[in-house]
Amino acid sequence: MVGTTLVLSLIVIAVLGQLLVGRIADGLLEAKIEASLVEARAGLTQAQAQVAASDRSDPIADDRLVDQIAVQLANRGSSTPRLFDVLLLSASPGTPQRGSNLVSETSVPLRLRAAVARDQIQAWTYTTIAYTDGRPSVTGLSVGAPLSVPGVGAYELYYLFPLTQEQATLELVRRTLILGGVALLVLLGAISWVVTRQVLDPVRYAARVAERFSSGRLVERMDVEGEDDLARLATSFNRMAESLQMQIQRLEDLSRVQRRFVSDVSHELRTPLTTVRMAADVLHDARDTFDPATARSAELLQAQLDRFEALLADLLEISRFDAGAAVLEPEPHDLRDLVARAVEADRPLAQRRGADMVIHQPTTPCVADIDPRRVDRILRNLIGNAVEHSEGRPIDVTIACDDEAVAVVVRDHGVGLRPGESSLVFNRFWRADPARARTTGGTGLGLSIALEDARLHGGWLQAWGQPGDGANFRLTLPRHAGGELDHSPLDLEPADASSVRRVPVVAPPPSRSGAKDVSGGVRG
Amino acid sequence: MRGRVLVVDDDTALAEMLGIVLRGEGFDPVFCADGERAMGAFRESRPDLVLLDLMLPGKDGIEVCRQIRGESGVPIVMLTAKTDTVDVVLGLESGADDYIVKPFKPKELVARIRARMRRTDEPHPETLEISDLVIDVAGHSVKRDGEQIPLTPLEFDLLVALVRKPWQVFTREVLLEQVWGYRHAADTRLVNVHVQRLRSKIERDPEHPEIVVTVRGVGYKAGPA
Repeated sequence: MVGTTLVLSLIVIAVLGQLLVGRIADGLLEAKIEASLVEARAGLTQAQAQVAASDRSDPIADDRLVDQIAVQLANRGSSTPRLFDVLLLSASPGTPQRGSNLVSETSVPLRLRAAVARDQIQAWTYTTIAYTDGRPSVTGLSVGAPLSVPGVGAYELYYLFPLTQEQATLELVRRTLILGGVALLVLLGAISWVVTRQVLDPVRYAARVAERFSSGRLVERMDVEGEDDLARLATSFNRMAESLQMQIQRLEDLSRVQRRFVSDVSHELRTPLTTVRMAADVLHDARDTFDPATARSAELLQAQLDRFEALLADLLEISRFDAGAAVLEPEPHDLRDLVARAVEADRPLAQRRGADMVIHQPTTPCVADIDPRRVDRILRNLIGNAVEHSEGRPIDVTIACDDEAVAVVVRDHGVGLRPGESSLVFNRFWRADPARARTTGGTGLGLSIALEDARLHGGWLQAWGQPGDGANFRLTLPRHAGGELDHSPLDLEPADASSVRRVPVVAPPPSRSGAKDVSGGVRG
Repeated sequence: MRGRVLVVDDDTALAEMLGIVLRGEGFDPVFCADGERAMGAFRESRPDLVLLDLMLPGKDGIEVCRQIRGESGVPIVMLTAKTDTVDVVLGLESGADDYIVKPFKPKELVARIRARMRRTDEPHPETLEISDLVIDVAGHSVKRDGEQIPLTPLEFDLLVALVRKPWQVFTREVLLEQVWGYRHAADTRLVNVHVQRLRSKIERDPEHPEIVVTVRGVGYKAGPA
């Protein structure tokens, strides 16, 4: 801020100074030239008068005449310091030449001599005035005019005006300007520094307060001073902070209440349910001794209690996610172990349905920082789902990993999914065919919970499916806790899919802030 | 053998139902409905196993668990309605050997109780050594420099399982199956907490264990890594 101001001022001052010096120099020189020409003309007139009045009979007097002219002309300028010097130069050799004040003949440039000799009129030029006694030469004006001395020859009268005075004046002006410029610059710098302080300090203060606020210190407020714009800014900021704090507080309270409620409901429901469950089991075990209607009732009671329990557990889990109370507990785990266990757990059911389950896995461990309880739940959901929809066809479970991610794909060859359904499957209580019998008794929340579990890991859970070609569910998890996914080691669309290629529809984007984008990369 | 089970639960219906199931399975249940009186009931009945509800009036289940563990190595199975890790780990760290989440099936409960009481069958006389520990399997004792280290039966089983096969790395799942009698379970918190407790008793420096070492990404093994 201050720096920019200084640089800009410096440029302006420099340009201005240059211009001023130029104008002053031009003015000074113009005046000097004018005066010089007038003086030279006057001198010439005097010299011509002197020549005309001279006694033309005495040839010896020629030398004296020239001397006289030179001395008289030089005397016109003999103030201190000397205003000018005079040189009387002759075009023809052997004639006397005169000069005042030991100025050297070389002070008159040849160009000027040539011009005077040729044009026979007054001419001038800048020159360097040299002296024959070794004084330092000075810059000056040289004005020349032809002077004919009858009987002696054609002379040229040269005036040499030193510009020392003008140079000194110019130097003084330049020094004064530079000094003034520097002073101005310092002053400008100081002013802009002060102004910047005055404007920026409150802004910086506001930024600091806002940063502290955004980093979670919600009680942070700005001090309001005076009535200016900054005070208004502070007032609005404080009002915004106030309202934000209240909103956040309200949300936190709500979340706390919700969490508390879930925990209480959970506990209050579970204890009596345990008693009911045990009683039902006792009745169920003794059903052989009952009459058929009572026995069947005991069976129904037992079966529906299973369903009720599963539903309760899933509902509580979902509400835990909704309340933001779900916590990831990652530890290094070989994904292959988890998959093997989940597959073994469902193998009896799969065999009853005639579905063969095959695991394709690398020979090296696929260790990732995962929450085994949650990943186990995801896998059981996917595998259970595949078994339910397998229609007796084989199920392939494929594992792969690379440096950044681990992935599992569960592929069934059942009815598959209709277009658009691959994003619906993750919806709560969604069923592919409402009319279809609920055979394995899923709660309808399994995939929703699995999706939440995957999101909690910062992972993806995606579905692909085609009518009649089965479905493919892919779970991709970052290998290291907190890692970001940008690809999956496995393709979502299976290689054995029918030739009709379809862009897979992925899981819906996360609705909650803070959740990672699990549905990110639509695979090309 | 009729195993005596002390049921500490304030819910009378559940306690009665537990009684029916336990009696049906040939156990001898004793009841206590109050955390304050639990210690008295425990000393009086000298049970083979304690079923302990974590939410109790008076003194809470965690405190009762700690007190029982302070006096005895008797197996303790917690009944809990909470599945959050904080609650589970808190219960396990207070000394419970196992926990079962409500609602549970009677068969599941009985299986857990049996697994905890199973260890009455007489093992062969066998002496194991690891590092500077001497383990007498039949005598249920672990000694360092002739000095007895008190372990609960579960901690003892865990140590023996690991030390019997020092060349093998045990996954948490395998340990769950062998020591706790679980099948197809992914709850590794149980194993983690008990390994920590075991280490705090047998390791010279529990922060840098030398007897029960962690094999990252796999599980645990006995002896040098």
